[in-house]
Amino acid sequence: MYQYSDFDRQFVHLRAAQYRDQLTRWQAGTLGDDEFKPLRLQNGWYVQRFAPMLRVAVPYGEISSPQLRVLATIARDFDHKEENDVSKSNAGLSEVPTLPDRCGHFTTRQNVQYNWIPLSRSADVMDLLASVGLHGIQTSGNCIRNITTDALAGIAVDEVADPRPFAEILRQWSTLHPEFAFLPRKFKVAITGAREDRAATPWHDVGLRLLRDVDGELGFQVRVGGGMGRTPIIGSVIREFLPWNQILNYLEAVVRAYNRFGRRDNIYKARIKILVKAEGQAFTDQVEAEYRDILEKDGAPHTISQAELDRVSAFFVPPQLNCDRKSADAKIAHILKAAAEDDLEFSRWLQQNVKPHQNPDLRAVTLSFKRFGQAPGDATAEQLERAAELAERFSAGEARVTHEQNLLLPWVRCDQLPELWREARRLGLAKPNIGLLTDMIACPGGDFCDLANARSLPLAQAILGRYKDLDELHDLGEIDLHISGCINSCGHHHSGHIGILGVDKDGQEWYQVTLGGSDGTRLSGDATPGKVIGPSFAASEVPDVIEALLDTYRAQRTGNETFVNTLHRTGADPFKTAANAVRTSTARAAA
Amino acid sequence: MSQNNLQLFSADTFAATEAEAQRLAIANDADPREADLSGISVVELHFPKFSDGRAFSQAFLLRRRLGFTGQIRATGDVLIDQLVQMQRSGFSQAVLRADQNLAHGEALLKHYPAFYQGDAVHTAPHFAAAA
Repeated sequence: MYQYSDFDRQFVHLRAAQYRDQLTRWQAGTLGDDEFKPLRLQNGWYVQRFAPMLRVAVPYGEISSPQLRVLATIARDFDHKEENDVSKSNAGLSEVPTLPDRCGHFTTRQNVQYNWIPLSRSADVMDLLASVGLHGIQTSGNCIRNITTDALAGIAVDEVADPRPFAEILRQWSTLHPEFAFLPRKFKVAITGAREDRAATPWHDVGLRLLRDVDGELGFQVRVGGGMGRTPIIGSVIREFLPWNQILNYLEAVVRAYNRFGRRDNIYKARIKILVKAEGQAFTDQVEAEYRDILEKDGAPHTISQAELDRVSAFFVPPQLNCDRKSADAKIAHILKAAAEDDLEFSRWLQQNVKPHQNPDLRAVTLSFKRFGQAPGDATAEQLERAAELAERFSAGEARVTHEQNLLLPWVRCDQLPELWREARRLGLAKPNIGLLTDMIACPGGDFCDLANARSLPLAQAILGRYKDLDELHDLGEIDLHISGCINSCGHHHSGHIGILGVDKDGQEWYQVTLGGSDGTRLSGDATPGKVIGPSFAASEVPDVIEALLDTYRAQRTGNETFVNTLHRTGADPFKTAANAVRTSTARAAA
Repeated sequence: MSQNNLQLFSADTFAATEAEAQRLAIANDADPREADLSGISVVELHFPKFSDGRAFSQAFLLRRRLGFTGQIRATGDVLIDQLVQMQRSGFSQAVLRADQNLAHGEALLKHYPAFYQGDAVHTAPHFAAAA
């Protein structure tokens, strides 16, 4: 992991102190609400229905055990429902006492959120975060957000180059950039260094892909203008190959063009995707002209030197771990023989939650935070503490927050897999459902979010409850189910094989269902938004709709065909027919 | 950070000293590279709202790209919490909105000793400057 220098550490402390000054002025009334708002947003404080939401930055998802422990402390000591005014009407939504608190929440952008910390305690939380190099810098607001990447970065067997040194260099470059603090809208960058895109890069404002040209030189393919929201757009490739050392100069050109020309008159048209779509080639020409000027007139000041890349890369040298694979195999075989029940569960866990590694002695293990009784991606203080311990004992003190809202342990020795499995199972974090239906992506939804039209969490629970049977889950195979409570798409419904979108009609919760969306992985095909299958469904109908879609898949599939492949082969019609057949209240409404 | 310190003025006491012919106001949607800067000693860039960041890019282009050596003055919705960005983007003067505390603004300008990325004033990024 990247280790903070004195400069980095001081920077984070200064940021916390700067925030405390801003908060104090706001509390004293000398800083107005409107003026304080973007300042708190750029420190991660976003006010929701009952309380502020804090989004803590986890740069490219990498987090250490001491950092996880501080996140646990914040969950335990600060994320308190009762410190907020919960008397506000929550008509039609979940009863407040049922909402989770004292927990952190893993997000699709590899960050961690809290839902109940009052602003009056926010500066104290920032100090606590700063004690372990954490912060909320640029996790909200109209600025360059946390750089995300592949959760398997630096360990994936299909990797061209490790994206983490570049993600770190980009983190530094984008942190408190003076020119780009007030962009037209938020700006998200994702990098992948592998052949398989596990970072959904085409869906980002900037999607970077590390590749090698015919001479073996390393560079980036640059996509710009992807995004979800009410206008889902896949980013366009504006550079097929950019030498690695030019990435900062090139991004400066991209963001400057956006800052100057992006729309500021309409929040729904302010993302760079709208500019890229409207301008087409003219946008690319503008960026290329600006890039040339940065090189020729400014002297390319942000060219990354080999020395700097080497300095940063040195932090990402893999921990020296190895094991006796014969003994590992023996231990695994021992468990597999131990008991029929263990046998099945352990082998499923090996299959779904354990991934191969560049080091043949090691494995990447995903702890599942998708289980009945807890919101997808939620981790209690206790679970965060225990996860910190697991990372320490089994993964060189490092974990990764994944895009799918789980926690991955990147450095697990083969011979420790049985032990880790037992520990994780004891903690309820060994559900062998990674990549399967119940490993869904979901936003916090209407229970917490002011923007949401409908709730996500009760729906997620209904699915988790209905599909508890592991035989059935494994039989259904790999399916991306994504749930967003509104069109802002925090739950990535556009990219789900099955996408659920909360919509508002007459103050009631309704859900639109889409099919065939893709995040751009090989399983899912080229990145594309799903297509709506018909009029929206009532909340009570949605679990039955999902079941009908899955039953249709099972009836239609041939051999080992996946859900998405069956859908591509048959088209959406059989699925639509099945979904419409389970309408009850919406059928009555239409009659 | 001693060089090119941003000069702060309060809106209610500020009076321009330059002749009007030497001052040029550039609109937010204009490209400063197309402006005729001959005889101009002060360029004014306006913040219609403090959260409208276009003038930062305009200041950068003027100072860094064009090498403009006169004053670059921030006007409009100029708040003390954006002064650091202004100074680093190439502004040399800021006329603060009337309700702003100028002394506190001076203090905020000194809060960070250095930054990661290069800017219009200190052109080299931290990694190159520290190397």
